Amino acid sequence: MSILAWTWIIVGASFALYIGIAFWAKARTTGEFYVAAKQVHPVLNGMATGADWMSAASFISMAGLISFMGRDGSMYLMGWTGGYVLLAMLLAPYLRKYGKYTVPMFVGERYYSQSARVVAVVCAIFVSFTYVAGQMRGVGVVFSRFLEVDINTGVMIGMAIVFFYAVLGGMKGITYTQVAQYVVLITAYMIPAIFISIMLTGNPIPQLGYGGTLSENGMAVLGTNSGYLLEKLNQVQIDLGFSAYTAGGAKSTIDVFMITFALMVGTAGLPHIIIRFFTTPTIKGARASAGWALLFIALLYTTAPAVASFARLNMINTLNNKAYAEAPSWFKNWEKTGLVAWKDKNNDGKLQYAKGTAFKGKIAFEKEAAGVFKKGRYGENIVTTPMDDKSTNELYIDNDIIVLANPEIAKLPAWVIALVAAGGLAAALSTAAGLLLVIASAFSHDLIKNVILPNTTEKNELIYARIAAGGAVIVAGYFGIHPPGFVAQVVAFAFGLAASSFFPVIILGIFWKRATKEGAMLGMICGIIFTASYIIYFKFVNPSANNAGNWLWGISPEGIGTIGMLINFGVMYIVSKMTKEPPQKVQDMVQNLRYPREIVS
Amino acid sequence: MATKANQASYWKENLRYIVILLSIWFAVSYLFGIIFADALDNIHIAGFPLGFWFANQGSEVIFVILIAVYVKLMNHLDIKYDVHEQ
Repeated sequence: MSILAWTWIIVGASFALYIGIAFWAKARTTGEFYVAAKQVHPVLNGMATGADWMSAASFISMAGLISFMGRDGSMYLMGWTGGYVLLAMLLAPYLRKYGKYTVPMFVGERYYSQSARVVAVVCAIFVSFTYVAGQMRGVGVVFSRFLEVDINTGVMIGMAIVFFYAVLGGMKGITYTQVAQYVVLITAYMIPAIFISIMLTGNPIPQLGYGGTLSENGMAVLGTNSGYLLEKLNQVQIDLGFSAYTAGGAKSTIDVFMITFALMVGTAGLPHIIIRFFTTPTIKGARASAGWALLFIALLYTTAPAVASFARLNMINTLNNKAYAEAPSWFKNWEKTGLVAWKDKNNDGKLQYAKGTAFKGKIAFEKEAAGVFKKGRYGENIVTTPMDDKSTNELYIDNDIIVLANPEIAKLPAWVIALVAAGGLAAALSTAAGLLLVIASAFSHDLIKNVILPNTTEKNELIYARIAAGGAVIVAGYFGIHPPGFVAQVVAFAFGLAASSFFPVIILGIFWKRATKEGAMLGMICGIIFTASYIIYFKFVNPSANNAGNWLWGISPEGIGTIGMLINFGVMYIVSKMTKEPPQKVQDMVQNLRYPREIVS
Repeated sequence: MATKANQASYWKENLRYIVILLSIWFAVSYLFGIIFADALDNIHIAGFPLGFWFANQGSEVIFVILIAVYVKLMNHLDIKYDVHEQ
């Protein structure tokens, strides 16, 4: 059976499963819609959190990113896992004790202020929409690459599926589909990784394999002699003019430090992650659930660097200085998607890989009227993007290729390639659903129930919640089809904003009874304004100045959320000290949050 | 039911656990994986330069262990001070 047929079957089966779960887990009350009636087992919640967290970018792009960045890429690995330690110790158990439905609601009650709640609603909606647009686009991209349908059709199919289980099942439906999606995505990620590890090192555990020595088979595949895989990789990189793979690269230590920190506290401040911990039956369970979540996430996050190293060494050794005619089949197969390209700069008919970029700007190809690629002298696609003369590099390799081409590199059967497609879709859909729920509950609970129609019945609120979820799916789909040019730029925004707004406000709200309404408001506002203006200036107003020479203390816009967070903490501390202490009722509430049992005071 | 004094010592012990565990969290990622990574790279364990290993996967593995330890400690502490859920 062809790859395409397998892909339709496996993707179709996974979608049927998600729809089946949606019917089974229909939400009947607002409690079920917002927090799955707090009946989710900690281990299942861990899996759901894993799927919620790992997006299309984690699944498809991250290994490639690390592969090209070497040790610097570790900031994503540490940054996107370290936040769970903060969640487990500083947030999850106390917010679970609070027990209500949304993050803005907590902010509003703890800081005895409707305006604080509204600021939090705006932040939650902005952060979530920023994120979800990328996910819907990701669904479309996977569809177009694996199923040969138009990107927009792919987005529509994804919308239909998410619409179904998010609107019908709310948090309950989302949770159990996310559990299924976690299983699909982790299987799809591990199988190719395990086989590549066996192929190159003989070790079936990729996490250990990439620290080991090459096997006989591995040496034959890579055309090299025996030795440690990472040492080979370092040597190959240095020979081509790169810095050693295991050493620090282009980024300064301070920037790596700040970005890692911003990602960690950003993770811990993202509403769609925080609300997952509202769904466990007990406080004990919320703590444990954070541990399970990180274990399930770490399974992929420790495999990714192994995949990155395998793929990097394999790519360089099997492509560099090979005649185009002898290039491996995966290279030619993926040429069709435009994710890899070659231009024979020195007219020797061979592929040359080197430091620097092969082309200047976004990759584009010469095509016939019917959209078919025009072919060059050797049968390669013709790139119309201008050459970059400063580098001898002739190859364009998209980050995503590292994961997508894995099964073919490992010479695995067609159904494994199909499984990778289903895994990518699972990763994108599960994250999208979690974000949509945050948006829906912010509208229906924080705005409609709380501000606009406080007397509405539970039954009506549930209807509003479904309408809000449906509306959010449509808006997200719209952004998926018409992606605003800034989507890639605003990921830094989502983390920076979460780090500089929610994180300090929630932490001090729990750990410092003296934190006041005025402190929280001013802290949030200063944190957000500082972070947002820094990012907007370097990303939109003056992008040409976006380099280390102009940055504050050498901190890039991706890492500036850390400073925004410190500003928020500082302002909040000083202003709280200067203003009247919070009402006794609020102080009692904070006291009560700290103990699993109800404390009568 | 827990007394006021009991409650205070429960919270104090909880904070102590958090400070200790987060110090380890900071050390393995920011110190071993970033600031002193180059120095640690001179040590090789099972084919991995040590600083690179901490950055690439050691931190993540230790993060999981830290949460597991915290969960265990707190489950005991809840019962010791009689503030566990009934």
